[in-house]
Amino acid sequence: MFYWAAIIIILCAMLVLYRAIKGPIICDRVLAINAIGTKAVILIALSGYIFERPHFLDIALTYALINFIATIAFQKYREMGRLD
Amino acid sequence: MSFILTSIVMFVFWMLISGETGVIFIISAIVASLFVSFISHDLLFPNKNTTLSLKRLLRLLKYSPWLVWQIVLANLDLIYRTLHPSLPIEPHMIEIETDLKSDTGITILANSITLTPGTVTVQARKDGSFLVHAIAHGPANGLLKGTMQAKIKAIEGDEA
Amino acid sequence: MDHSSIAIIIVGILLFLGCFLIFVASVGIVRFPDFYSRLHPAGKTDSMGQAMILVSLMIYEGFTLATIKLIIIVLFIFIVNPTATHALANAAHAGGVVPWRKGEKKR
Repeated sequence: MFYWAAIIIILCAMLVLYRAIKGPIICDRVLAINAIGTKAVILIALSGYIFERPHFLDIALTYALINFIATIAFQKYREMGRLD
Repeated sequence: MSFILTSIVMFVFWMLISGETGVIFIISAIVASLFVSFISHDLLFPNKNTTLSLKRLLRLLKYSPWLVWQIVLANLDLIYRTLHPSLPIEPHMIEIETDLKSDTGITILANSITLTPGTVTVQARKDGSFLVHAIAHGPANGLLKGTMQAKIKAIEGDEA
Repeated sequence: MDHSSIAIIIVGILLFLGCFLIFVASVGIVRFPDFYSRLHPAGKTDSMGQAMILVSLMIYEGFTLATIKLIIIVLFIFIVNPTATHALANAAHAGGVVPWRKGEKKR
């Protein structure tokens, strides 16, 4: 059951990857990468249950944090032209 | 006061994440939570009045069931619009004015606007005015009526 | 029908709904005509789908320490996803991206 859910999520990530490749402006690409990253969080949590290793949840939490920080860093750079 | 509260929150968070109860783990938890709250205790409770922050947190818990119901409605609306063959959307920008003063109220309203049907916050300004992108005319009317603004004004309260 | 098989059925239904919502969000991101309207599926449907999958994992797990971690991830997603959407919208608005009107060509 979790196996099939993981496969569906990977297919959805490929669908979003189309937007990341084609996206006319840079914001489109960052939006698509953010969506893929949030799907990866779910994928890590699911794979923890598929391989019966619940410690994967810590990695999922950390990945969610890193994904958010990447988007915020892009926004700051775009708005101010520097990262401090 | 905010220092003690922050270190308690950090300690509880550490224990929930690690789940170990050996002596060495508890000592390192205490040291780490005291260090983190020494650096950044003014970020979790930004204003001096910590009881006000806790009161707002309780009122936020009372508000959240209504928000969850709005999120469900938003998803049904968006499923209809996405899977309809002719894509029934008419995007436009709207400006709304509110009388929210505090950062907490503005943040909660901006996130709630994004999660409720048909609208996404584009700009949230310090003086409480918002620039909102609406996907169609129908669902955005709920925002113009101002029920959500009244609820969030009740969370913010009259103090400070 | 005993207690655990009902739980498994609920897990399956929530998992299916979550996958469906994530699929709808992906189709929306590909299909909508411009950047601002693509924010709608990325902000709402995606976070709801993820929350549903994580809630189904919670029901599968029962009540242990992993459930609390899952609750933390769900709360985090519902705070972070709208904020990231808002940050991107703000960056695009500051960069002068004009919203699409009905009747124009898709971008």
